Amino acid sequence: MTAYLTSLHAIVTREALRFIHQRERFVAALVRPLVWLLVFAAGFRAALGLSIIPPYQTYITYETYIVPGLCGMILLFNGMQSSLSLVYDREMGSMKLLLTSPLPRGWLLFCKLLGSTAISILQVYAFLAIAALFGITMPGWGYVTVLPALVVAGLMLGALGLVLSSFIKQLENFAGVMNFVIFPMFFLSSALYPLWKMAESSELLHDICALNPFTHAVELIRFALYVEWSGMALLWTVLAAGLFAAAALIGYDPARTRIGRRG
Amino acid sequence: MTGLEAQGLSYAYGPKQALDDVSFSVAAGTFCALLGPNGAGKSTLFNLLTRLFVAPSGTIRIAGHDLRAAPRAALAELGIVFQQTTLDLDLTVLQNLSYFAALHGLSGRTARSRIDAALEQLDMRERAGEKARSLNGGHRRRTEIARALLHDPSVLLLDEPTVGLDAAARASITDYAHGLAGQGKTILWATHLTDEVQPDDALIILHRARILATGTARDIAGDTTLQDRFLTLTGAAA
Repeated sequence: MTAYLTSLHAIVTREALRFIHQRERFVAALVRPLVWLLVFAAGFRAALGLSIIPPYQTYITYETYIVPGLCGMILLFNGMQSSLSLVYDREMGSMKLLLTSPLPRGWLLFCKLLGSTAISILQVYAFLAIAALFGITMPGWGYVTVLPALVVAGLMLGALGLVLSSFIKQLENFAGVMNFVIFPMFFLSSALYPLWKMAESSELLHDICALNPFTHAVELIRFALYVEWSGMALLWTVLAAGLFAAAALIGYDPARTRIGRRG
Repeated sequence: MTGLEAQGLSYAYGPKQALDDVSFSVAAGTFCALLGPNGAGKSTLFNLLTRLFVAPSGTIRIAGHDLRAAPRAALAELGIVFQQTTLDLDLTVLQNLSYFAALHGLSGRTARSRIDAALEQLDMRERAGEKARSLNGGHRRRTEIARALLHDPSVLLLDEPTVGLDAAARASITDYAHGLAGQGKTILWATHLTDEVQPDDALIILHRARILATGTARDIAGDTTLQDRFLTLTGAAA
């Protein structure tokens, strides 16, 4: 058992060290949602009228509405960023160290996932703190109850990153991830607009949004921020996490992959 | 007792056959050179031996453990130095070694004393606090060899470990690996340079996915030099 904990500690520490070495990454990860919150949301405030939908009990401003979506955005970008770093690790060869360790591969990948999720969550809290400084606050307990929601959502999106990293052959292909994964997932979700708004424009788009696991991750965070329970969102997010984790295990199965083929 | 054994390994990248029914065995405590020109299939063989790929057919046994049936026991007996450096350049030598030790379940005092011993053996102790990025090629290689020995494996695989090193560093690392075989470790040393092979070494010549010759270097060379013999063999096969 100690071997498992030792490796967990080492992998999480390495992720943290790498993160400390890249301070620009931390700043970039914060600037992106803040631009959305302080610029985009301010501009759209007048254009989008929001009715009272759960978990909100009163009229809210648009800035307040998009905070959970932007928390999700941080997790999404970080999940993809860690997949990018896995592809990089593979090209540089350091992934080979992990894959030739005698500990089970699934466990080692889970450690990686946990490490990157922990770093994402730190960034979400930094974002929530800055939002609070600008007067966009949540109920006090919400900052506590959102933690498990962030863990589940972060693991789900990190697992998606793992799946992608096992299929992306080269670093250069990463731009495709941006276009075909991050943007559709983000815009086809309830991050920026409630789903009933989407239904007014197109039933089909609404249905796609409702299937998107990122929508459920955002709703999970939204309800948790208001100390409310959303079983459906939790169920979908956990199911998606399980599915992505299984796909990642298949992707990293030595009998099926050619990891290490390059260099 | 055999240190390393491969039976009937084949592997193809699409239509290109990289290894074709490769079988060999290396006795425990032997230095065995795997000699082959570029593109012979050496790296593919290493990927199979380290379980980065799994061969569709054939078996691999490392210190008696079947890599397919008991991968964890087999990998625990295996030390690996990859062709390309796998050090994290932003971490110090010590951090790199500690990270690797943890991946093998070693921590605390045990890890620290093994790291000290490995660095001492490779004359790298005073560089423990330096970032890997600031090391020269020879010292990076030494760090990687120290790392590969941390968990006290009985089999050590080195994939062209002297690539890019100057003559002195090359000779010193080659001698060191020969010494390890003397201490009972089984060494498989892939190279395309015949001067790294000593007459008493076991030798496998790999060319175009197949094994052309196995035996001691002296027997394979016969009455000519190993270099000439190697060129004749691979030239004739070409």
